[in-house]
Amino acid sequence: MILKKHIATHVGTIPRSGIRDFFEIVQSMKEVISLGIGEPDFDTPWHIREAAIYSLERGHTGYTSNLGLPELRQHISEYVARHFSVSYDPKSEIMVTVGVSEGIDLALRALINPGDEVLYHEPCYVSYSPSILLSHGIPVAIATRAEDNFTLTAEELEKKISPASKVLMLNFPCNPTGATQTRGELEKIARLCVEHDLVVLTDEIYSELTYDGAKHVSIASLPGMRERTVFLHGFSKAFAMTGFRIGYTCAPAILTEAMMKVHQYAILCANTTAQDAAIEALLNGAREVDSMRKEYELRRNFIVRSFNDLGLDCFKPLGAFYVFPKISSTGLTSREFSLGLLEKKQVACVPGPAFGPSGEGFIRCSYATGMEQIKIAMERIAEFVEETRR
Amino acid sequence: MELLISLLRQNARAPIADLAKALDRTEDEVAAQIKQLEREGVILGYQVVVDPDQSEERAVTACIEVSITPERGGGFDRLATRIARFSEVKSCYLMSGGYDLLVIVQGDTLQDVASFISEKLSTIKGVISTATRFRLKAYKENGVALYREETSQRLAVSP
Repeated sequence: MILKKHIATHVGTIPRSGIRDFFEIVQSMKEVISLGIGEPDFDTPWHIREAAIYSLERGHTGYTSNLGLPELRQHISEYVARHFSVSYDPKSEIMVTVGVSEGIDLALRALINPGDEVLYHEPCYVSYSPSILLSHGIPVAIATRAEDNFTLTAEELEKKISPASKVLMLNFPCNPTGATQTRGELEKIARLCVEHDLVVLTDEIYSELTYDGAKHVSIASLPGMRERTVFLHGFSKAFAMTGFRIGYTCAPAILTEAMMKVHQYAILCANTTAQDAAIEALLNGAREVDSMRKEYELRRNFIVRSFNDLGLDCFKPLGAFYVFPKISSTGLTSREFSLGLLEKKQVACVPGPAFGPSGEGFIRCSYATGMEQIKIAMERIAEFVEETRR
Repeated sequence: MELLISLLRQNARAPIADLAKALDRTEDEVAAQIKQLEREGVILGYQVVVDPDQSEERAVTACIEVSITPERGGGFDRLATRIARFSEVKSCYLMSGGYDLLVIVQGDTLQDVASFISEKLSTIKGVISTATRFRLKAYKENGVALYREETSQRLAVSP
């Protein structure tokens, strides 16, 4: 039996993730300092882990409602209203998911008919284009530029809008660039979305991690947007809860109902222990989030200055925990740079094109790694750059 | 200033150049801020954090709950200061609750500590009673965990 011909075409044709290739090389090496990690280095705060243990002790081990624990949805509703200035009904407009990843998949599957175009800015998170393809949509990337600090401009968006455009995906603060959007630019984008009747999926997983006093603005809170937006958020980054796999969607009831149909048959409900832990995070997690945020900010300052001192242009991002320095001045491609750095200096970073072709000439370095490790990594990168230029 | 102190709390030996990068200031600015904090007495000193169970000092540590008689005019201050002056006393705090002073004492042997309490501390006029508890094992010292955590299981590269 030739199994390969039985693989569905739209799955078989999706390329392997560039990150996975790289991961396998890194795995085979020892003593590597990794700036390639897309999750916090902090353990989940103890009080949250303790709440998960307590949940198990009480025997909370059954299914929950498809939408998630009512108490958790209530707290999510209050949290979103407080931090993002937009309110959702916990009974019909909020659904707890297995991370934001599931939320993106649900939203795309609930919205896309074959041939619908989905716009997204690039470089972007690795799952966007494949998720669109898996739901039979057509991915339409909008390249963002270093000159614009990797923000999405309304002007560039408008150029890519066609009669087939249905959905716009946003991710600010952005993985891999750390870029954020100003209120002014978001307002222009919002007007375009209303004008062209686009639905917006906004992945705001990094929204608590903003720096230099920057205030995060959600597009869902802008005029005319709540009714056409799926707001996606979760606990992974701000609360250092990646392995708990808890996210949520907030969207008008009709859309939530549609996404819930996919969710209830594919997943049933998110993990119950993790939902209990998430309640604790929302109730008592603010102080720890702030202290982690402060620590990230210091590391960001350090790493940005270090790259610029090396003559590798690196804009100072206002969010997430990534920097996206430009390495093309070394004469190497992103992949050559990353592989060389790994082989000669045992420092791992991710080549920019793993996040889309417009990432060529850049690398992504995560500063979700202890300051001491970052220091050593930057010393080794300095040596590597000097040896390359020689 | 608050961030500078938090960085120094993590590592008081961090080079000025590293502190300056993390705070996004010049080295001169950071050096001046540290001088100022020292001058103002906000920073009192820089000490090493030692795992007491691993060091060869073999010190014995005791927490002593001390009840004292407050004095007219000075309250607890004069007596507390007097107790704090002993070199055996590592820390001395005025407490709320069932007793007045919490005195943390360190000595080479159990006898050293015992004789400090019976001969020096208890005999001070105004000290009403003492209750002594010896330290058996340390789990965390000055914010540094002494138990060995498993190393992180994070994937080396992830999206």
